[in-house]
Amino acid sequence: MSSVLEGRWGYASIGDKIGAAVLQHPLGWRWLLAVIATSFGVLGFLTAIGYLFGKGVGIWGVNMPVAWGFAIANCVWWIGIGHAGTFISAVLLLLRQKWRTSINRFAEAMTLFAASMAGLFPLLHLGRPWDVYWLLPYPDSMGLWPQWRSPLIWDFFAIATYLTVSLLFWYVGLIPDLATLRDRAAKPLTRFAFALFALGWRGEARQWARHGQAYLLLAGLATPLVVSVHSVVSLDFAIGNTPGFHSTIFPPYFVAGALFSGFAMVITLAVPLRSAFGLHELITERHLENAAKVLLATGALVAYGYGAEAFMAFYGGDRYEIALQVNRWTGPYAAVYWSMIVCNVLLPQAMWWRRVRRSALLLFALSLVINLGMWMERVLIVLSSLHRDYLPSAWRVFVPTTWDWLFLVGSIATFAWLFLLFVRVLPLVSIAEMRELVHERAEGRA
Amino acid sequence: MMHLRSATAGNPAALMAEFDTADRLLEVARAAHAAGYAAEAYAPFSIEGLAEALGVERSRIAPITFVAALAGGVLGYLMQWYSAVIDRPLNVGGRPLHSWPMFIPVAFELAVLCGALAALLAFIASAGLPRLRHPLFEVPAFTRATRDRFFLVLFVDDLAAARRWFQDWSPLALHEVPR
Amino acid sequence: MKLPIAIHAEPGLAATRREAMKWMAASLALAGAGCSRPAERIYSAAAMPEIAANGSPIHYATQLVQEGYGLGVLVGTQSGRPIKIEGHAGHPSGLGGSNAQAQAAVLQLWDPDRLQTVLRHDGPVASIATWADFAAAWADRPGHGNDGQGLALLTGRFTSPCLQAQLASLLQALPGARWHRCDGADTGAAQRGAALAFGRALQPVFHFQHPALIVAFGADPFAEGPGRVRHAADWAQRRASDLAAGRVPPRLVALETTPALFGARADERWACTPAAIEQLLQSLAARWLGGSKPVDADASGAEARLAELLPAFDGRLLLVGGEALSDEGHARLHALNQRFGSLGRSLELIVPPEDDGPLPAPATLAQLLDAIDADRVNSLLILDSNAAQASALAPRFAQALGRVPWTAYLGLHRDETAKRCQWQLPMSHGLECWGDARSHDGSSGLIQPAIAPLYDTRSAHELIALITPGETLRDGHALLRRYWRAHDAAGDDERFETFWRETLRRGHVPHSASAAQSVPHAQLPSGNPAAAQAGTLWGMFPPDASVGDGRHANSAWLQELPRPFTKLTWDNVAQLGPRTAARLGVETGDGLLVTSDDGRAHPATIEIPAFVQPGHAEEALTLALGYGRSEAGRIGNGIGVDVGPLRGARPGPVKLRAEPSGRRHTLALTQVELDDQGRAPARRVAFANAFDMPDAAAPQPSLYPPVPHNGPAWGMVIDLDACIGCNVCTIACQAENNIPVVGADQVTRGRAMHWIRVDHYIEADGCSNVQPVPCMHCENAPCELVCPVGATVHDSEGLNLQVYNRCVGTRFCSNNCPYKVRRFNFLQYAETGSETAKAANNPDVTVRSRGVMEKCSYCVQRISRARRDALKQGHGVGGDDVVTACQGACPTQAIHFGNIDDATSDVAAAKRSPRHYALLEELGTRPRTTYLARIDLPAFKKEGG
Repeated sequence: MSSVLEGRWGYASIGDKIGAAVLQHPLGWRWLLAVIATSFGVLGFLTAIGYLFGKGVGIWGVNMPVAWGFAIANCVWWIGIGHAGTFISAVLLLLRQKWRTSINRFAEAMTLFAASMAGLFPLLHLGRPWDVYWLLPYPDSMGLWPQWRSPLIWDFFAIATYLTVSLLFWYVGLIPDLATLRDRAAKPLTRFAFALFALGWRGEARQWARHGQAYLLLAGLATPLVVSVHSVVSLDFAIGNTPGFHSTIFPPYFVAGALFSGFAMVITLAVPLRSAFGLHELITERHLENAAKVLLATGALVAYGYGAEAFMAFYGGDRYEIALQVNRWTGPYAAVYWSMIVCNVLLPQAMWWRRVRRSALLLFALSLVINLGMWMERVLIVLSSLHRDYLPSAWRVFVPTTWDWLFLVGSIATFAWLFLLFVRVLPLVSIAEMRELVHERAEGRA
Repeated sequence: MMHLRSATAGNPAALMAEFDTADRLLEVARAAHAAGYAAEAYAPFSIEGLAEALGVERSRIAPITFVAALAGGVLGYLMQWYSAVIDRPLNVGGRPLHSWPMFIPVAFELAVLCGALAALLAFIASAGLPRLRHPLFEVPAFTRATRDRFFLVLFVDDLAAARRWFQDWSPLALHEVPR
Repeated sequence: MKLPIAIHAEPGLAATRREAMKWMAASLALAGAGCSRPAERIYSAAAMPEIAANGSPIHYATQLVQEGYGLGVLVGTQSGRPIKIEGHAGHPSGLGGSNAQAQAAVLQLWDPDRLQTVLRHDGPVASIATWADFAAAWADRPGHGNDGQGLALLTGRFTSPCLQAQLASLLQALPGARWHRCDGADTGAAQRGAALAFGRALQPVFHFQHPALIVAFGADPFAEGPGRVRHAADWAQRRASDLAAGRVPPRLVALETTPALFGARADERWACTPAAIEQLLQSLAARWLGGSKPVDADASGAEARLAELLPAFDGRLLLVGGEALSDEGHARLHALNQRFGSLGRSLELIVPPEDDGPLPAPATLAQLLDAIDADRVNSLLILDSNAAQASALAPRFAQALGRVPWTAYLGLHRDETAKRCQWQLPMSHGLECWGDARSHDGSSGLIQPAIAPLYDTRSAHELIALITPGETLRDGHALLRRYWRAHDAAGDDERFETFWRETLRRGHVPHSASAAQSVPHAQLPSGNPAAAQAGTLWGMFPPDASVGDGRHANSAWLQELPRPFTKLTWDNVAQLGPRTAARLGVETGDGLLVTSDDGRAHPATIEIPAFVQPGHAEEALTLALGYGRSEAGRIGNGIGVDVGPLRGARPGPVKLRAEPSGRRHTLALTQVELDDQGRAPARRVAFANAFDMPDAAAPQPSLYPPVPHNGPAWGMVIDLDACIGCNVCTIACQAENNIPVVGADQVTRGRAMHWIRVDHYIEADGCSNVQPVPCMHCENAPCELVCPVGATVHDSEGLNLQVYNRCVGTRFCSNNCPYKVRRFNFLQYAETGSETAKAANNPDVTVRSRGVMEKCSYCVQRISRARRDALKQGHGVGGDDVVTACQGACPTQAIHFGNIDDATSDVAAAKRSPRHYALLEELGTRPRTTYLARIDLPAFKKEGG
């Protein structure tokens, strides 16, 4: 059992090691290249958004009956990915899991950026996006209010809260590290910027105490969000009467799926990060292995979800549910369904083998497969129920247009772009918490 | 920095001792507190028991957060009830005006949101932030307080006495905090 | 359909009406309103001062001319603009029903592509000219000195008594001139059949309310012929009254090649090739009237069945023949009808209204072509006949036109014929001008304008008057009055004024139907129908169900109206049976290369997408006319394929060859799944159970407390037993509610906007079942629950409202609608471009912008109008006071609407029916729109119905 921190580290060296990524800019032109590459994607995304607002959602493949398409699927996918970050930084903190320390910072960043992408799509998919503020309770001249019974309103509040709380949590955690960088920065401008955001942190005993309390409280508040946000998202479907949507398993099934895809994304990010910045001693095989174990567990839950859906359809004996299930297996989207099963259920079983769990490369590949599989699941949830519901006369398949794909790729590029900026300007591992590890080890407790 | 200001008000001078381990700092802090000194400790990471050693009083962050969350939830629910039942009652899908189960999610989210905001503000205020200018920052060595050094500051009127007291603990260095 | 509206006639001082209208038009145009409202300028202030104040529509009783015959309608105008066509209950041609083409007349009036000014096209390019220029040109046309030698007139079929008289006097003044008539897609085979059987051309008039058994031979009496609306209405009334009395209603038997409205309602149906139908007729005739038997006997068993049925229903029978039937076939039908005593009971023979006048028998188009080829024509005047596109001789005529020294054309559009004429004269639309016409049964009616001409146009009457030597009158109104004054039985002026006003109010001259002609014993034709040797592929060329022979090709509403059974829009296809498709190796959407195989010198070939249709006769192709037009206008140009070239010179089916072209076509279908998956949304019930069917609509238990409501509770019942799937509800709703047209591409993407769709299912037993589906206005509406901004909510009268201005377009409501009746503006669909297109909009209905959801509103604007009127009269809204657009247009009264709380209302009565059920009621949505199951009649037993 390898430890969560390998190699010989002192308070200074570990801080310098992590800070170097920001202050010395070790990647140089390679980082720049990546940023430039992704910013093309960002530009494409912005252009697509402009065109969308100019023409209308008709540029997508959405139709009647499939009034929701990729936009909502992408939203559900991204918000799910976000969950792992909160789970790692909040839940594992409360559970006193030491191994979270070196990965929580960038996992939270991932959460922020993924949730931002998720928050963007419901807005984009509106028929009249410029009126989105009507979802807010504000003194409307007509005396109108939001319609509180709509899951979309719950969704709106849930995602907004989730974004805010994640941001606060992340920032509070950052303050001591910002101070560290402030005191290490050579360039006056950098120094000033860090000083500004460090709020004049001095590492005073009292500050540490308050900081610890606030951090725990925020963790406590973020934990129910991990469960609630994706449950609410699932209600967007489960509240509906559409076959395949109207099911009580959706909330837990969505949360499990969220953690599944989230941890996959953590691995997708962690593996390149540790090799790019040489963090093998900070992000150790132990971390990868634990993440893989979480993947196994949540993957099992997701598989159970698939099974339960099928079972309940036949056990419940509702003709529409049965028809839907059979249609998932044999209908126009059967290929997507079976590839999803391969990606989310079959291939992940490889992680039962320790060798796989400890091979960064294999895990990386698997994590990509799972990301893909979970996206297909989200798409399938939206499409398979809508394209064939109650009245056969209304049946029609959804065919994505180039624009549908452009928006998916664009959001991924934007996510990557944001993440690249993050690793450049902020410590991607929590220095203060790593120092605690060093301290404990010095006292032979690690 | 209330405490620091009040301390310095009574005691014109402040002397800062520099150590290289957390345990040492903890030791010295306990002693200083026992010796009745107005003391304050600085460390690059959170050291268990340090605050207690200096007799820092318990904070009210938790109760504040709890109250804020409660208020957020209750007010959020009331807002929904008022708008849907009193202000603009509409027949939506034949559902009762007061569809209480459907008012819960928003109330819950608002509770979490208000709680989180309150926690942040309470922390910032009680930790004496933000304060970008501070006498300690004038001590060049203090930059290592966020790196690998541990500092204890005594607020005294008689610097010499303080120096003598520190001698027993053999610090790496002693610095006067300028006024 | 009885409409609770006043019909306004035109009182005495009408001589100046036209001038007045022009003046109004000018002034309003200056005022920016742009449209003239003839009414109140003419009406004494006492008559209707408040009309300007409240926005209620004024309705004028008039006739729309379809293929020459008059269909009685009410034109609803708002602020002087014709907005909506309603059926006219008082008119014999429809008894209040209407058809899709009638509903589209409004859009045709406002069509920006109309020919708007006189054009002279003798040079390389057409130049704008005036009517005076034309008059001058007419005066010195080639050979103008003589008595009309070399002058040819070409018209379509018309039944206007006034125009007949005018034309007669013109031909009198110019004895050298010759009049030719081109009948377009309608072949008049029945008349020629009568000529064979009885020695004179006679037009059959069917009375569908009388017979107990109706057999259609290759005919769709609900969709073709001038009497089609009346047929459906009569059939539905008889069926309803029989069912109400517990009697077995009349049975329908159909032998047809193409699935059609009548066949879909038939109790027994055989899909046969046209040849087989001819064979069958011959053998039936041989069986009862002697004469030669066909060479090969009928295989389908239809003959045996009919041999059993016909005598059993002797005297209570009606045999109907279709346009595709040969003259001999029709002759045999006439004989059989005579044999089984239908004549005088369920069928009368009248002098064809188009020939019932002072005119000599017209020459044919073929004769005109011969005359042109022989250079005997120096000038040709064409009145509203697009013979260069619609006729069977179109190609020949098109190039013959170029050889006529002087040509003039009067028409609505600058179409294929107009483009080839030197003088292109704009014709007034039927809603713009005075006129008259006769209905399917020969009864006469007047045509009054609902608006002054939008452009400087003339009616046919006015043009003939302009060119008739010695004619002094120029104004259509005066011409019409002069004619009717002369032919009015009632002697003096004062009684004539009364007659005139009453006729305008009624829309037709009462008791003016043509007298039934007594006929001698029928002679059987000698000729044998072509023996159908195996492997022959028969081509049928019916006019398209929407655009007809192409004359409506530029109507976006009609283009986007899903054709019955195929649900195809914006295109024409080759319909064929599954086995034939398998033999040819094509599926729906595959291109077919179709070649004429009737031994002509230069066989014609076209490429057209195949459409495999269960129920279609094998070894036959149905190729709808009216597509592939080059000069229809911006809407109708270049869509579909012109199947004209395959047609033979004589009407009727043509032998074809077909092979796959290997090309794929995307078809703009509004419904892709025709199998109801055993879910039986459109229920059927056996006659035996029709009267004690378990009450399906017993309200489901609900957790929610009942919502108290005040005022009426609006609800709708759609009687599937009366619905024939003619689609008129869909287009009537489109006209009333400003529903945008989205175009073929958007339809293909599944974004058609119709608020009421007519679902079609082909069921296990082959029954073709139709079901109109508007918004259900559920009491526990799933759509309302999920809207985040409350853009769709319930009102106190139980309407499920859609608040366009509040909608942000999440489309959640549509996802949660189990009936999928909501429509979304995925792009900016509403026409904002041309001013005339805007003018066609109903001012009482919001035009929706991009990004908002819309759906059936139960015509909420009509409800609020009824509410306002009721308030003015100080009583509540009556249970039947509101007539929705779909209900008002339905020829069979399949749609009932009203206050379901009012036990006396029509809809409440319908809801009490044992056949009543709610669609997907197990979902507990409590729909306000419910259905009456369709009744399957018991199999016929020997003792008869």
